[in-house]
Amino acid sequence: MSSALLIEQALNGLQFGVMLFLMAAGLTLIFGVMGVINLAHGSLYMVGAFACAAVAAYTGSFWLGLVASLIAAAAAGAIVEVTVIRRLYNRDHLDQVLATFALILIFSEGTRWVFGSFPLYLDIPKVLQGAISLPGGGQYQLYRLAIIGAGLIVAIGLYLLIAKTRLGMRIRAGESDREMIGALGVDIASLNTIVFALGAALAGLAGALVGALQSVQVGMGEPVLILAFVVIVIGGIGSIKGALAGAILVGVVDTMGRFLLPQLFTLFMQPSQAATAGAAIASMLIYIVMAFILAVRPKGLFAVNA
Amino acid sequence: MADRERLVNIALALIVPACAVAAHGMGEPFYVTLATRIAILALAAVGLNLALGLGGLVSFGHAAFFGIGGYAAGIFATHAFNQTPLLTAPVMILATNQMPVIWLVSAVVAGLAALLIGLISLRTSGVYFIMITLAFAQMIYYFAISWPAYGGEDGLSITMRNGFPGVNTLNPLSFFLIAYGLLLLALFAFSRLRDSRFGAALQATRQNEVRVASIGIRPLRIRLVAFILSGMITAIAGALFADLNRFVGPSMLSWSMSGELIVLIILGGTGRLFGPVAGAILFVLFEFALGGLTEHWQLFLGLILLAVVLFGRGGLIGLLAGKVRHG
Repeated sequence: MSSALLIEQALNGLQFGVMLFLMAAGLTLIFGVMGVINLAHGSLYMVGAFACAAVAAYTGSFWLGLVASLIAAAAAGAIVEVTVIRRLYNRDHLDQVLATFALILIFSEGTRWVFGSFPLYLDIPKVLQGAISLPGGGQYQLYRLAIIGAGLIVAIGLYLLIAKTRLGMRIRAGESDREMIGALGVDIASLNTIVFALGAALAGLAGALVGALQSVQVGMGEPVLILAFVVIVIGGIGSIKGALAGAILVGVVDTMGRFLLPQLFTLFMQPSQAATAGAAIASMLIYIVMAFILAVRPKGLFAVNA
Repeated sequence: MADRERLVNIALALIVPACAVAAHGMGEPFYVTLATRIAILALAAVGLNLALGLGGLVSFGHAAFFGIGGYAAGIFATHAFNQTPLLTAPVMILATNQMPVIWLVSAVVAGLAALLIGLISLRTSGVYFIMITLAFAQMIYYFAISWPAYGGEDGLSITMRNGFPGVNTLNPLSFFLIAYGLLLLALFAFSRLRDSRFGAALQATRQNEVRVASIGIRPLRIRLVAFILSGMITAIAGALFADLNRFVGPSMLSWSMSGELIVLIILGGTGRLFGPVAGAILFVLFEFALGGLTEHWQLFLGLILLAVVLFGRGGLIGLLAGKVRHG
């Protein structure tokens, strides 16, 4: 095992983590401000990927596709908030789960109806094709580095938005006391719509960025959604900082586990057995990590008082 | 109201076997299979209803138990068919293709899994509980995919449906009657449990945890027992489901399976004795009727479900028999 390979895997883990952060940040914001668990967040990720792939195929420009993914996901999020989610604020979590589960069925089947069952493909933009050299002598895809960079910029932007702007102040106020800021004259309904659309846009961005690495297909959102749940459970629901820490942890642990565990198992097993056992344990690793963290801190690493 | 609910329940209890027997008489095995599907899904949902309806525990991971039962049936059937032992070391364990043994094994394994999952997830509540149960089910799902010994991603075909002493399980009606008999048994157990001291304590923990704790009942223990029993019933349904389809695959463990089980309960009526039966009838009929009209039937299922959640609370039983007096 060379150090270049190790660095490459670590970067892959970071890239995966950054992508999870884009999903988890939206989920945790929506839960923090509105108290709603949104299963359809994975559908918004899918909407972003499909919008990007369709527009990029039509215009030939990945960048126009990226803009389209933000607009489409934010618009879908706003529509969903106004028509469905708004009615769920005062309902229990069971109703929220069911209504958003219904939204998944509608989004998935609707997308399949429009685009068909075959996956779409999205090319990496020309500027970001190619690779750069790593210190250990290996090569690393430029595009993946760009995703890491984009994710970190979004994280900083989100921090500035929430800590420094008027909108961010309202979001923080909404997280601590919804009724009170309503009584003080803040239009909660439009604040909710804005937060939901913002979360949706982040999910759409994640979908579009990852769409160029994988195929764009119906059902791509839900596995990521469930990992994003793991992330915010680890980080503490409602905490953006927790979402970032949890996302990086999950991304790196998952990627490194899949890489290292099979090799580790060869120390005391036959190679073929070690490969299967290692892969099986690696696929469960992040859930085991989650269980341990919950056993120690049931409210997550960066629990907020909600 | 209670009398009207009893009438609705009796009607629901009779309509499914009546349809199955009639279909069998007319030589339409497909409709017998459809009725069997209703009975098995209802059984799985009766299990979930114990945790979700009575205990208020919104488990989004019951597919884990459903799939564990399914894999137990598949693994036993495969070993019994190939006449290979289940385990050679440390002790030799031979496989059997007898359903009662498989149900017992399913229930025990799922009960252990529910104990572990419950111990961790019941320390939390609300949204955390939903997400954690979902995450653990997903963990088992990925384990099934990455473990190649029993089919991995492709799943496991059951060449010969498992047997039942004195019954030819290959006959669709006989198999339906086995599944339906188990469903009635589970419904009876559910109603006895609901009206027992344990059931009262469980429902009380749902309504007010602090009060229950203050009179000396430990909510965690009550919930854990309910969660384990719930998982065991759902696992037996999973074993039957695998035998019905003569196939078990990771899809039985998937998050959408967990979602469907919750949907069954809500369509029928949460916490109602026959809610799962009504829900399973509606769900399978939707699937069949809409699936015949359009391949995009799930879109319409989503719209119907959305309408039920937003506007029609109480489900089918609530519609037919009125609301429960206190919740």
